[in-house]
Amino acid sequence: MVDTIVFAVAAVVILAGAVGVVLSRNPVHSALMLVMTLFGMAVLFVAQDAHFLAAVQVIVYAGAIVVLFLFVIMLLGVDTAENLSTEPLAGQRPAAGLVALASVGLLAVLAVRAVQVSTGSRSVSAPLEGEPSNIATLAEVLFTDYVFAFEVTSVLLVIAVVGAVVMARRPRPDPEGDELGVERHAEAELA
Amino acid sequence: MSGDPLFAGGVDWVVVAFVVVKALIGFTIVMVGVIFMIWFERKVIADMQNRIGPNRAGRWGLAQTLADGIKLIFKEDLWPDKADKPVFRLAPYLSVAPAFLTFTIVPIGGVFSGGNDGAVELFGRRTWLQVADPPVGVLFLLAMSSIAVYGIMLAGWSSGSKYPLLGSVRASAQMVSYEAALGLSVVAVVLLSGSLSTHDIVAAQAGSILDWNVIATAGVPFAIFCVAATAELNRPPFDLVEAEQELVGGFHTEYSSIRFGMFYLAEFMNTITMSAIIVTLFLGGPAGPVLFGPPLIWGILWFTLKVLVFLFTFVWLRATLPRYRYDQLMDLGWKRLIPLALGWLLVIGAQRIGLDRGWDRFVTGAASLVVLTLAAVALFGAIRVAERRRQSDQFGEVVA
Repeated sequence: MVDTIVFAVAAVVILAGAVGVVLSRNPVHSALMLVMTLFGMAVLFVAQDAHFLAAVQVIVYAGAIVVLFLFVIMLLGVDTAENLSTEPLAGQRPAAGLVALASVGLLAVLAVRAVQVSTGSRSVSAPLEGEPSNIATLAEVLFTDYVFAFEVTSVLLVIAVVGAVVMARRPRPDPEGDELGVERHAEAELA
Repeated sequence: MSGDPLFAGGVDWVVVAFVVVKALIGFTIVMVGVIFMIWFERKVIADMQNRIGPNRAGRWGLAQTLADGIKLIFKEDLWPDKADKPVFRLAPYLSVAPAFLTFTIVPIGGVFSGGNDGAVELFGRRTWLQVADPPVGVLFLLAMSSIAVYGIMLAGWSSGSKYPLLGSVRASAQMVSYEAALGLSVVAVVLLSGSLSTHDIVAAQAGSILDWNVIATAGVPFAIFCVAATAELNRPPFDLVEAEQELVGGFHTEYSSIRFGMFYLAEFMNTITMSAIIVTLFLGGPAGPVLFGPPLIWGILWFTLKVLVFLFTFVWLRATLPRYRYDQLMDLGWKRLIPLALGWLLVIGAQRIGLDRGWDRFVTGAASLVVLTLAAVALFGAIRVAERRRQSDQFGEVVA
């Protein structure tokens, strides 16, 4: 009973947020709607007893990634309402419509045949029974069975950070003193 | 890891009433705390600056905050022309809500002495003296502090004016940077307690004063947490967010009336909550000797006293320290606090593994300190090389 109510409320919040992301004309409003969707998903995670996932969802996605989006939007000054009359990429809208239809079809198939289609079980993972706690179990699995994948992921992130620093670095000015260095720097900032 | 004993016997209407009353009491504590904190701050600063401070409203000026609040409510609510209305309206609430929500995970009392698990018997039910004890406890704190960025950021942006925008970009950069140091210093505490839940962290410190995390982690994470917390709160000496000389008033320049009051409220709520969190994580929360009478009272009393010490310290810092420059702030966060927190985490981790494996404590400690020193030398060497290179780039000559 409580579960159903929580699910219904969270679903409304998620869907309203998702529709808002697409329909808002102002990028900042879109980003805020995205936060709303992420919060709704965190609530659903809590309802599934995945507390750790919910907390990380809020910390990483809402707390870091969308804040970064907002930073970029504010600093680049693209926070004015978008003009929708022109189509920047030719054929983008029909293609988007097709993909949307395909996704809806896929979801419909999954919803109608609920159990068997994708994995054969009702949820991706079985509930944890008799374990010390969800977080302890997660940590144990992460640092034993999947430690290699875990470390590779962290190496990937380090590479990304180093790459970002290299890209953002000011190029050394030419000894001849032409303006090329400045221009390249400006380009790197825009990219 | 059992959870609040209140929910052990299923949820009936008494349990629901308990939760509602607890939330109300928690809210009241924070609100009344804010009223007194504002008065306290003004009085203490006045004392430190050889002034009298507020002394008109009520005895010793105690009603000053109420008078201010009434004034703010009746002031005209101004809307800047270029403001983004919905966001402008939303931002103050986004500031206040996380400040209160963080307080819900703080155990403000409880009987932890003599093998007791902290439960207190009230009206025939056993319960913990905290509004909520989520299993992710400390992560909830970090989640809320990352949500608090939104209030400030959106307030600055939606004002449609340049000083608030600059102030809010500064504030968000500062808060996002210091969140890393804050989180890393909390990890040391979590490592010792073996749990993320605030209740378990307090329970793990319930023995003698030597069990308090400030001593068990040898003080370093505590110091890092205090500095990072001050930066998260945007309080002096890290109040670049509202640096009057540069930014008029920072992110809330365009706010007036009670909307401005809400930012003010959020700031003081955050100060109280953060002090309570420091006490919970590092100073044993309600832990302390029971001298006479019921232990319940003593837990709350010790907790309040410890929080007061930190509240006074925050005011003291504001009265005495000049503001940091922005590059100094970023240097301190990224080049000093984060590496130090990471390094100290390694030392504590080595000690914990050594304890499990039966290694010699001092050999383990010495070995990890040697590694730490080498890493520090390498890091600061790299930073100096980078700085020298940047200077030679800027001035076109090699500075030897």
